[in-house]
Amino acid sequence: MTNIFIHIALLLIMPPLLLGVINKTKALFAGRRGPPVLQLYYDLIKLARKGVVISQVTTWVFTAAPVITLTAIMLAGLMVPMGPFQSPVAFTGDLILFAYLLALSRFFTTTAALDTGSAFEGMGAAREVTFACLSEPALFFALLVLAKMSGSLVLTNMLHAPLAAGSQASAASLVLVAGGLFILLLAENSRIPVDDPNTHLELTMIHEVMVLDHSGPLLGIILYGAAVKLFVLSAVLLHIVFPFQSGSALLDWSLFVLEMLLTAVAVGVVESVMARLQMRNVQHLLIAAILLCGFGFVLLMR
Amino acid sequence: MNGLWMILSAAGLMMASGFPAGFGSRQSAAAQRLAAVLMVLGSLTGLSGLAVALFSSGLCAISLPWHLPWGSFSVGLDALSAVFLIPVFIVPALGSVYGLGYWRQTEHLDNGRGLSLFYGLLAGAMVMVVIARDSVLLLIFWEIMALSAFFLAATENEKPEVRLAGWIYLVATHTGTICLLALFALLRQVSGSFTLYAFDAGSLTAGIAATLFILTVIGFGFKAGIMPLHVWLPGAHANAPSHVSAVMSGVMLKMGVYGILRMLTLLPATEMWNGELLLGLGAVTGILGIAFAIGQSDIKRLLAYSSIENIGIITMGIGLAMMGRVLHRVDFILLGLGGALLHVWNHSLFKSLLFLNSGAIMHAVHTRDMNRMGGLAKFMPRTAGLFLLGAVAICGLPPLNGFVSEWLIYLGLFQSVNAGNGMPWPAIGIGAVALALIGALALACFVKIYSTVFLGQPRFASHASPHDPQPFMHYPMFLLAAGCVVLGILPQVGLPLIQQAAAQWMDPAMQENPLPVSLAPVQWISGAALVLIVVSGIAVTIIRKNIRRQPAVSIGTWSCGYAQPTPRMQYTATSFGEMLVKRFSWALRPRTRQPVITEPFPSKSGFSTTVPDTVLDRIVLPFVRYAGHRMMKLRLLQQGRISIYLLYILIILLFLLCWESLGIGR
Repeated sequence: MTNIFIHIALLLIMPPLLLGVINKTKALFAGRRGPPVLQLYYDLIKLARKGVVISQVTTWVFTAAPVITLTAIMLAGLMVPMGPFQSPVAFTGDLILFAYLLALSRFFTTTAALDTGSAFEGMGAAREVTFACLSEPALFFALLVLAKMSGSLVLTNMLHAPLAAGSQASAASLVLVAGGLFILLLAENSRIPVDDPNTHLELTMIHEVMVLDHSGPLLGIILYGAAVKLFVLSAVLLHIVFPFQSGSALLDWSLFVLEMLLTAVAVGVVESVMARLQMRNVQHLLIAAILLCGFGFVLLMR
Repeated sequence: MNGLWMILSAAGLMMASGFPAGFGSRQSAAAQRLAAVLMVLGSLTGLSGLAVALFSSGLCAISLPWHLPWGSFSVGLDALSAVFLIPVFIVPALGSVYGLGYWRQTEHLDNGRGLSLFYGLLAGAMVMVVIARDSVLLLIFWEIMALSAFFLAATENEKPEVRLAGWIYLVATHTGTICLLALFALLRQVSGSFTLYAFDAGSLTAGIAATLFILTVIGFGFKAGIMPLHVWLPGAHANAPSHVSAVMSGVMLKMGVYGILRMLTLLPATEMWNGELLLGLGAVTGILGIAFAIGQSDIKRLLAYSSIENIGIITMGIGLAMMGRVLHRVDFILLGLGGALLHVWNHSLFKSLLFLNSGAIMHAVHTRDMNRMGGLAKFMPRTAGLFLLGAVAICGLPPLNGFVSEWLIYLGLFQSVNAGNGMPWPAIGIGAVALALIGALALACFVKIYSTVFLGQPRFASHASPHDPQPFMHYPMFLLAAGCVVLGILPQVGLPLIQQAAAQWMDPAMQENPLPVSLAPVQWISGAALVLIVVSGIAVTIIRKNIRRQPAVSIGTWSCGYAQPTPRMQYTATSFGEMLVKRFSWALRPRTRQPVITEPFPSKSGFSTTVPDTVLDRIVLPFVRYAGHRMMKLRLLQQGRISIYLLYILIILLFLLCWESLGIGR
């Protein structure tokens, strides 16, 4: 019971911290002092109190979409276990629901973008759904590998499989899948090298350009939802990268938080040492994700 | 037994529904209303008959005297037939009510009566196809169905493109029928009768069994629209009146699926490649179907291609279940076939909803070209809401019904990871990846269609004032949408019947150990769907209320500082799909016409791109043209005089008579 409370509390509170860590890392690399680690929390509080400017062109989808998106991501977050603990929601087949809840959030984000009738946001939405056609197969290859390793179709058991396995036979495919999932993490959360969360050149962006017209509390919900998504997908990746368990609950939770912060640092490092790819090359990166996860699948089925 | 009689009378009522109108005047509105009332009555009779049959005995059969030399009038009802009867009773009746507003006889003097007549015939014939237990009887009603559909698709036959689509459909459906004739003749040879009841299939040689299987897939696959047999589908669906498209896509395609399932139930299941072929065909049909859909800018052609995609998903489920029969895996059969059958229901709900919706849109803006729509949600909010619901459902997203059936098929495909050694689990597992790709493409497709039609700024002439359709058109859509929600939250209401139908594919040995509930815990899906709807509903209400309280300024969309944006600058349907079309250009072969700029001050020019059907335009039509050219010499036999043709028949009959009496054939 306590673990479920901690799970929900972390899911609600921790995500904005990750972005703070990422930005701090980037600042360190650039030799700046950078914004405070808690900056996104301040931003969210400020946005919640602001008024909203809504384009006359939009319909109810525009205001509803951020909320539906956040709900879907939160629900997905309840299915992903953190560290060696059980997730609050676990049942046979929850892995499909997990993937499709992310798709639901994509549906409404892109629809809200197109609701504004702006060419820029249309461009972002078109890119988002196109790249998803490459990331979705990669995700399912990864899920297949985990399902095969654990012999289970419950996300908790599947993600705990690397912990239990300890067999060298599956190590190779796990390494490949970890690489693929890291690319997915960057792509799905619109980080460099796929997307640049900082640029103001709308023509070069995917996610940021889709939310160009949202403001005030709606923008706050979107920023918060994006942070939660980063948190949830990192939690998935952590199971494969750090399959450790100490046995003591307190130690395991602190270990999980530490690992999460390390992931944020890793993302920050990638963003600092790489430039954003040209839009036409993004697909090659995502195909690399498919290749990694697909070869992981092939290795496991020998 | 009584239930089956009620279903038979329902079929009679539906088939007869259009006849009274034929005696009325051309502009009589009453005649059309009578037809709709008869259709609804027929559907209610049929549904109550179905309920009576299912709650009393379940299985039942009737055989009536029959004066034709072959076959017999035997009909029957089992769980499989019941599953397919439900959409047949629901969708056409709703469509006929919709037709009262959409295709008023008073406004369509030339074809109103014919439409009512053939619409009823189509619906009634489909009922008979599903309950026929004799292959001759089935073929008779199959042809009535196919021909009625031809006349319906060619309703506006004064337009050349409608005539062309109609002819292509007619040729395709009869090519399928030829295969069916061969199939049933061969079946008669090996089983000794025309009846469609189980026979001792163990005695079939592998070659015969394979031939029967291939003939089944081709013969019924033409109707279902499995690629590459789908060539007739986009044109016929796009050019038919919208409620006819709804019936054709929502129900008639499923008759092909039904035929495949009925025949596979009779045929032996020993060959692994049968299932593998179906799984592969399904995956290809699904991926390419939705890829073609993304390339379309005609709203109804897009929906038609999306039907092909959904048939692909259904075929994947059937293929998985076929492998389950060979491998004696209960989970493959129940999840694969169960998911496929549930998807049959789901698709008949949301695709009919979307086609009816497209009719309302066309009434409002008088075009099928999505690039000339936009911003309609402001003018027709209820239609927009219903369309959005249908779009979410068809993408297979939670919390609506499309998710449940795709979830079942996914679970079946993922069960392969529990297989022992020597199982074809990689092939099945890759099926799950293919389904994921289909899902992602479908999402792109339906975001595109909803957004370019309903969102943004209008791209049509400003003097048009579109509005929500009248109640007759509105209520059928509302009922279909309600069905999508109910099956999404409470799939439990339909699953027992579907499980019963899927159980027909299990050996007696397999039926003894029933399915563990843990295989597909649907109650969790219900719970998640409910939470999703309630939580996001409450949250949306709170947010919308609160942001209104604040001093909100209302202005136009931010266009990055550009002062005078126009609606033409929005992303169109074509531009939204451009990246994906390019990725699939190896299959889609888009035709692009773009200006070449040579002078420093180029004159006005245009850019256009279309995605025609590759199989039809690059393979079928050239072949037909070539064959037509090559066979000119045979025109010698064709002089256009009936007496000569009768002479040919006489000569052939005499020849056959000699053949028979001389005993050459024996």
